[in-house]
Parts: sequence; C-alpha cells; structure tokens
Amino acid sequence: MSFPLIELQSASVHFGTVAALKDVSFALSRGDRVALVGANGSGKSTLLRAMHGLVPLTAGRRVLGETPSLRVAMVFQHPFMLRTSTLSNVELGLVLQRMPKAQRRERAMRALERVGLAAEAGRIGRVLSAGQQQRAALARAWAVQPDVLLLDEPTASLDPTAKREVENLIAEFSAQGITMIMSSHNLGQVKRLADRVLYLEHGRVLADVSTEHFFSGTLPDEATLFLKGELPWA
Amino acid sequence: MNEFAESASRAAQLVASGDPELLRIVGLSFAVSATATIISTTFGLFAGAALAVWRFTGRAGVIVLLNTLLALPSVVVGLVIYMLLSRAGPLGSFGILFTPSAMVIAQSFLVAPIVAALTRQAIEDALRDHGEQLRSLGAGPFECALIIAWDERIALLTVALVAFGRAISEVGAVMMVGGNIAGVTRVMTTAIALETSKGDLPRALGLGMVLLFVVLLLNVLIGALRGWRLSGDQRRGVVA
Repeated sequence: MSFPLIELQSASVHFGTVAALKDVSFALSRGDRVALVGANGSGKSTLLRAMHGLVPLTAGRRVLGETPSLRVAMVFQHPFMLRTSTLSNVELGLVLQRMPKAQRRERAMRALERVGLAAEAGRIGRVLSAGQQQRAALARAWAVQPDVLLLDEPTASLDPTAKREVENLIAEFSAQGITMIMSSHNLGQVKRLADRVLYLEHGRVLADVSTEHFFSGTLPDEATLFLKGELPWA
Repeated sequence: MNEFAESASRAAQLVASGDPELLRIVGLSFAVSATATIISTTFGLFAGAALAVWRFTGRAGVIVLLNTLLALPSVVVGLVIYMLLSRAGPLGSFGILFTPSAMVIAQSFLVAPIVAALTRQAIEDALRDHGEQLRSLGAGPFECALIIAWDERIALLTVALVAFGRAISEVGAVMMVGGNIAGVTRVMTTAIALETSKGDLPRALGLGMVLLFVVLLLNVLIGALRGWRLSGDQRRGVVA
C-alpha cells in the first residue's frame, strides 16, 4: 500500500453553526482517481477545500505525507480569469512561485498548447467562452506541475462539447500520473474518470469504494437511494 | 433666471478673456487638489487593501469608524489641521499655515478615508468571490489584495476620481488653513465664497460654472479613456 499524499484524520469543518464536514477520515494516495459524489450541500466542495487547506478544520487533522513540497492545484466550477491575457492568467501560479519570467512564459505557453488554446494566448482571459476558460484553468493548474489535482465540478456549467473536451483533458492529466480527486454530479463522468468513489451525505462519508463496487455492489441505503434517483439522468 | 443667464455669460467671458487671476485660481485649485488626491489615494489604497485582508481584533470597529469618516465635515478637518499648524500648535514650527501646503494636508486628510473605505469595499467584495481561487494558486493575503487591486484598477480609478471631486469642491478646510489670500491661497471654492459675500453673485456663479466645467472635462477624458480601453478589449479581444 502506498503512503498517502494528503490525509484527513477525523476532520470536521464548521461554517458558523453549520457543520459542512463531520468526522471525515480519508487518505489520497499517489495515482488515485477519486470521485466525490453526493447531493448539493453534502460537503463535496468543502472536502476538496479542506484537502487543499483552503478552509480551516474545526476538528481533526490534515496530514501531508511522502512529498515534503507537495504541489496541489485546484480547478473550480467557475474559474476566475483576471482582466489580462490568457497567457498571463495561466502564468499566475508560476508568478506566485517566483519563477523567472522567461521560464514561466515558456511553461505557460506549453500549458496552453497542451489544452489546445495556444492561439488564444493573447486574448483577454475573461472574453473566452466558458469551455475555453475552463481549459485555461486546467492549463493554469497543469502549469504548476501538480502532484495532486483537485477538481470541483469542473464540467458542471459547460455545454456537451466543452464538457467532452475538458473531460478528455482530465483523463489525459490523470493518465500522465497526476493524482486526481474531483466532485461531480455526472455519474457517467464518474464511471469514465474515476476508479474510486466517495459518497457523501450531510458532511459525512457514507461509502468509500471502488467505482465498480459503487455502481454494482452493495451500498448503504442512502447511497442506493441516491443512485436510484440519479442513474436515469446519467 | 436673468441672473443665471448673466452668470453663464460672465463665466464664458471669464474663460474667453483668459483672465490671469482666474487662471491662477484654477491652476492652484488643480495643483492643491491633485496633490492631495495623489497623496490620499496612495495612502488610502494601501490602507483599504490592508483592511480588506487583515483580520484583527477591533477590525469591525475600525471599519465603522472609517465609514463614519466618509461624512467628515470639511470645516472640522480644517479646524483640526489649523490647530495643529497654528503657531501654538504642535506643528506650528513648520510655519506652513496659510500656505498651499497646509491646504494639501487638509484635503489629504479629508479625502483619504473616502479612498480607504471604497477601496476596502471593492477589494473585499472581489476577494469574497475570487480570493479562494487566488489562495489555491499560492497567493498570500497581501498578494491576493494586490492582484485584486490590479484587476479592479478601473474601479479604483473611479475611486480616485471621486476623491478628486471631493477635494476640489470642498471649501471649509481650504478656507480655514489657507485663509483665501489673493494670489497665494485663493482657490475656486474660496473665491466663490468671497464673491458671494461681496454680493457679486454672477461672478460667484460664473466661477462655479468654470469649476464644474473643468471637472466635467476631466471626467469626460477619463470616461473616454475607459470606454476606449473597454471597447478595444471587446473589439480585439486581445492585449496590445
């Protein structure tokens, strides 16, 4: 068994009096392709943010293992593009890493080529289509050469073509060895991209099983009901 | 109505004649208020950005106080600066009371809270929407504020304009610390007050129209610059 890259131990997160995550223990190992599944408000986004360290835990611990300087990148449902060129937007993470200009420019350009947006490098990031913005966000994440890629419903607001393009890129990044964990409402996508599924409800992880098991094995009642409600739409 | 028409005609005459006294007054008004705007904007941007990202005990109280200072009466600022700079005051030894420097100081104090409060609000709102994504890329609190401030530069330019508008249109502070000395500290607003007290209402109103016209010109210029930039972005979709 490989040593975990990021581990949450009995982690809880509260926003005021609302418990968004309750006593969650979960370890992400190198090469994992994990999907977080659950209804709106079940804690999927909070779990991703807790894994990145973007929200403080109100109880429990977040432990980083194996790699001392673990690089974690996150892609959000609505990526934030600055009012500047797409190239500069992709460079942002590298600027924050204090990478020399020539090197970061070259890396960002390579990232844009990787996602098929090289021709848009000079365009203002904010005027790109939603699908292009999401691909630019993936390029921005890829440019920092992450060990772990966190994806928060990356295709939820995209049309079918853009959805397919983004999904293909995620699959490519994953095949390239980047450890990936993503939340998704699209169960077909979960089948295609993940080999492990976490089912969450009311901030708790109720199932942590292989993708195959999730769709054909025995699950807690809540997860079974969720699947019954969701599968016809997948 | 007759008086308004006469005032408009006097204003036009004043501008057309290139009256040296008027030019001096307009020039000093601009110099004082522009300097005060630059000083207060520099300070206010940093203070507002810091307040947007820095969490400390008593922060809510500071924000309430800052927002209260938005309604700071200019005569109160004038009075406080007067007391500080007067011969008996703690800064009396500088001997700058009744000079343009004193007027710049007074207007800077008057306007800085406006810049700080509006900057804090603009940056905090943007941070609420996008701060997490910036932090996920490795930005610390102050880097977040800097990136957001740069991204909101057009909004912040408008804040600077508001500050300039407040500075150039106030009369209480410059009257108290400047003294309205002809050729030395007389600016448009104090000249208007003087002409009004002398009963020369058309000249006072004419000066007021000149003041408005000059500020309007500045606004049109900045609006055009902004429109040109936005339409350029949309037209080309590129960064030059």
